Amino acid sequence: MSSERKAAARQRRGVWALGAFAILYLVFLYLPVLFLPLFSFNDSRFIAFPLQGFTLAWYEEMLADDAMLNALGNSLQVGISVAILSTILGLLGAKAVTRYAMPGKEAITAFIMLPLFIPEIILGISILILWSALDFPLSLMTVAMGHTLICVPFAMAVLTSRLDGFDQSLEEASLDLGENAWMTFWRVTFPLVMPGIASSLLLTFIVSFDEFLIAFFLSGTEPTLPVFMWSELRFPSKLPRMLALGALILLASCVLVVFAEWLRRRGVSDAERGGGYGIT
Amino acid sequence: MTATTSSDVRAPTHRFGALSRLLQRSEAAQGYALLSPVMIIMFAVLAAPLVLLALYSLWTQVGFTVDRTFTLDRYADAFTRDTYRELFLRTLWVSSLVTITTVLIAYPVAYYVVFHVKRNKFVWLVLLTIPFWTSYLLRIFAWKIVLGYGGVINASLMRVGIIDAPLEFLLYNPTAVVITLAHAYATFAILPIYVSLEKIDRSLLEAAADLGDGPWRRFWRITLPLSMPGVIAAAVVIFVPTTGDYVTPALLGGPKGVMIANMIQLQFGKINDWPMGAALAMSSIAMVAIITVFFVWALRYATGRIR
Repeated sequence: MSSERKAAARQRRGVWALGAFAILYLVFLYLPVLFLPLFSFNDSRFIAFPLQGFTLAWYEEMLADDAMLNALGNSLQVGISVAILSTILGLLGAKAVTRYAMPGKEAITAFIMLPLFIPEIILGISILILWSALDFPLSLMTVAMGHTLICVPFAMAVLTSRLDGFDQSLEEASLDLGENAWMTFWRVTFPLVMPGIASSLLLTFIVSFDEFLIAFFLSGTEPTLPVFMWSELRFPSKLPRMLALGALILLASCVLVVFAEWLRRRGVSDAERGGGYGIT
Repeated sequence: MTATTSSDVRAPTHRFGALSRLLQRSEAAQGYALLSPVMIIMFAVLAAPLVLLALYSLWTQVGFTVDRTFTLDRYADAFTRDTYRELFLRTLWVSSLVTITTVLIAYPVAYYVVFHVKRNKFVWLVLLTIPFWTSYLLRIFAWKIVLGYGGVINASLMRVGIIDAPLEFLLYNPTAVVITLAHAYATFAILPIYVSLEKIDRSLLEAAADLGDGPWRRFWRITLPLSMPGVIAAAVVIFVPTTGDYVTPALLGGPKGVMIANMIQLQFGKINDWPMGAALAMSSIAMVAIITVFFVWALRYATGRIR
């Protein structure tokens, strides 16, 4: 009896230690990043302790920076087009993979997921070679094409997990009842898949908006926001406003990610498919 | 499996043209038709560029033009020159260290969330996922603030009086690169391991307990082998991209911490020897692929032995 109780006590201690470790891990994950917003309010050009007092000056300086606003505009443009394009491509692909039986499906899916397993520097330089071989000038469009490549796998993963639990008989019922294919898509398929689409749009937008290395090689004279930030990080005098910008980006992407996750999880649990994570 | 035999019920065929009637004739053709836009993009922006990269690695840069006679000289350079060899070795060493640390640290956390978090599981998952999606550049840069000369660690230690001058070994060396990358890729490890642990059939664990296995034995003989696919996936998604990491070594590595990606970038930038850069890139792809395949095979073999 007492040995059993001892074992139980030991196990409780083990669980407690694991929990403490997990919390330390979260601290390790978040603490370094939290220094960005902290120093963005610090009244000193030098990023060092002790803190000098609260200021919003860096945020004002950042908002007055035209080059920054221009880069932000570029990133939004690229991010939105990439989100729409890769979600459409991902939706078609996910529909094909979940609905139709065809030979070579695994190989095709693996090929579509491949960009996630190739270092971005390789993707960046090889696409750069392609455009230079074609004498095609670098622009925001070449950046967007590159980003689409790495966003499609994410869109496919999110949408495949959404469509996997999709009840085909709903579409068939609609067709049997006399709706045509277009109205069936619009009134049955679309509403059911909507949460997946929204979450795919958000996530692919974030991936594109944050992506640095591919844009670094392909952006030519029109920098995206990360490329702009990279060039500004070299100047110590511009660091504080980069921190302010970084703090805002972190805040915005946190909000978007939580929203996208909420949408996607709600969708997945609707279809009674617990736990499965659509990534990789 | 989910495919039904309903291709003929799908739509009033007469509404569409001859082409779509042809497409609707077979399941597979419809599937391929839906996949074709993705595949076109993938071939244009992935397959074609990789073929060009391979071609470039066999050419030679002569001044501002490229001589297109095939040669293996660039590869000979890549494998024999000390600078390149040192960069390759350091890259593989740093990436391996990052992979091992990240997986070892992430495993207990994923285990805890799967088996011991009852309420708030969603909150934990979101907290573990957010960094995956937030700006990579900023996460790397945050470490410069932490490890820098006037940074968080140095300033705090000096304030408390433990040290008189900033610790110089914190920044601009391979260790700084390893720490930063381990942090940046943390969530890449958590998610696959989490999924594989979540999939484990709990009744297997109960059966083992009923048959008298203690917690450690249960973990070693059931949980660990069954979660191995997640561990392998995590290791691959960390190892492969870290071998190509450019930002971290450039920002925190200093001269002693640069990796092969920085050299590739230089070849395509300042040095302007694209064929050499292409050969370095191809060599690193080949090396990483061979190591990854061997490693996956070895881990699978080892897992088989445990059972």
